[in-house]
Amino acid sequence: MSHDHAHDHPHGSDLSPVEARVRALESLLTEKGYIDPAAMDALVELYETKVGPHAGARVVARAWVDPDYRARLLADATPAIAELGIGGRGGEHMVVVANTPETHNLVVCTLCSCYPWPVLGLPPVWYKAPPYRARAVIDPRGVLAEFGVTIPETTRITVWDSTAETRYMVLPMRPANTAGFSEEALAALVTRDAMIGTGLPGTVPPTPPEMPV
Amino acid sequence: MNGAQDLGGAHGFGPVVPEPDEPVFHADWERRVFAMAMAMGFTGAWNLDGSRATRESLPPAQYLASSYYEIWLAALEKQVAATGLATPDEIAAGRASEPTKPVARVLARDGLEARFRAGFPSSCEPAAPARFAVGDIVLARNAHPTGHTRLPRYARGRRGRVERVEGAFVYPDTNAYQAGENPTWLYTVSFTAQELWGASGDPGGIVTVAAFEPYLEPA
Repeated sequence: MSHDHAHDHPHGSDLSPVEARVRALESLLTEKGYIDPAAMDALVELYETKVGPHAGARVVARAWVDPDYRARLLADATPAIAELGIGGRGGEHMVVVANTPETHNLVVCTLCSCYPWPVLGLPPVWYKAPPYRARAVIDPRGVLAEFGVTIPETTRITVWDSTAETRYMVLPMRPANTAGFSEEALAALVTRDAMIGTGLPGTVPPTPPEMPV
Repeated sequence: MNGAQDLGGAHGFGPVVPEPDEPVFHADWERRVFAMAMAMGFTGAWNLDGSRATRESLPPAQYLASSYYEIWLAALEKQVAATGLATPDEIAAGRASEPTKPVARVLARDGLEARFRAGFPSSCEPAAPARFAVGDIVLARNAHPTGHTRLPRYARGRRGRVERVEGAFVYPDTNAYQAGENPTWLYTVSFTAQELWGASGDPGGIVTVAAFEPYLEPA
């Protein structure tokens, strides 16, 4: 997080070309008063340490334990997510799509990098890079195979291309053998990729029969 | 525009390579570019649609050879110069030699988290009734505007079904150029994979696109 706001040597020889350009631009925009580096530090801290997929996992876990909440979430996701104190930039217009035995959902942004920040944080590099953006829409099963995910042939795949300000999050199916789990324990099973559709939640082995003492 | 950003359906980019335990940023300069883009967007000198339009207007060879935040940086430099906030010479020097141009607001540390957790909605009051309803069969227009648009090429000329009426939103095609928010109805439209990709489409598969009303016509 430490950053030297040097104005004297924006092209210091120890900097790579891209680092030098960034340093020069930040120095210039700061000098002109358009940006405040302290605000930038706070933004980085917000998205590096506070906003992330743990928020989306809380939403999923709540939907797994509370059928009324699940119904609200699928009907109008933004206010339902806000009930848990979650929302903001990049998630102003949320749509949550539920996986079922009949349908598996997969989220992509073929045109740029649209991604539901308040519930998942900033997107990983692969989500923003050409291979995923190119192939998710034309070969979703092939992409899923690269994530080690196989969806039964009888399950339809719906791909959601995030081409406007609506932002999609997948509600995965609740894993088996989780009856009686707390919301916290359930949330711990929910991975970021499960909420993009490139993964599935963690699995839980069946509880072994109780041994006589 | 039919630029390098419109990647849906392209071949030859190789496998998806997830990075285990990926950090949010891979270098400090990425942190600064991310935060600069957010902070400069907040000034009101341009908007999110304008940023996307600038990024996708990079020459295709540059776009595809650049990392994500390199694209953001190149677009930031272009936008700063294009809006007259600084000259190319100042950008190269990293020092001001011209007067500051007024901006609408400057992002401050105080209240920042609450501001970003509140968000910046782009929904608006509709100017007219919606033309389409859920269940309507529509044709995505086979149009190729040279400016910013959000209808991917793979959907153009294809027949789909309106699945959701999302409401009226800021229209990116005009807003990108500060030519008006132009409230426009937005629909989620589903296409069968075989409508989009022919026989190679995943049987039973569906792709949905969020499509603005001018992108669509009755089928």
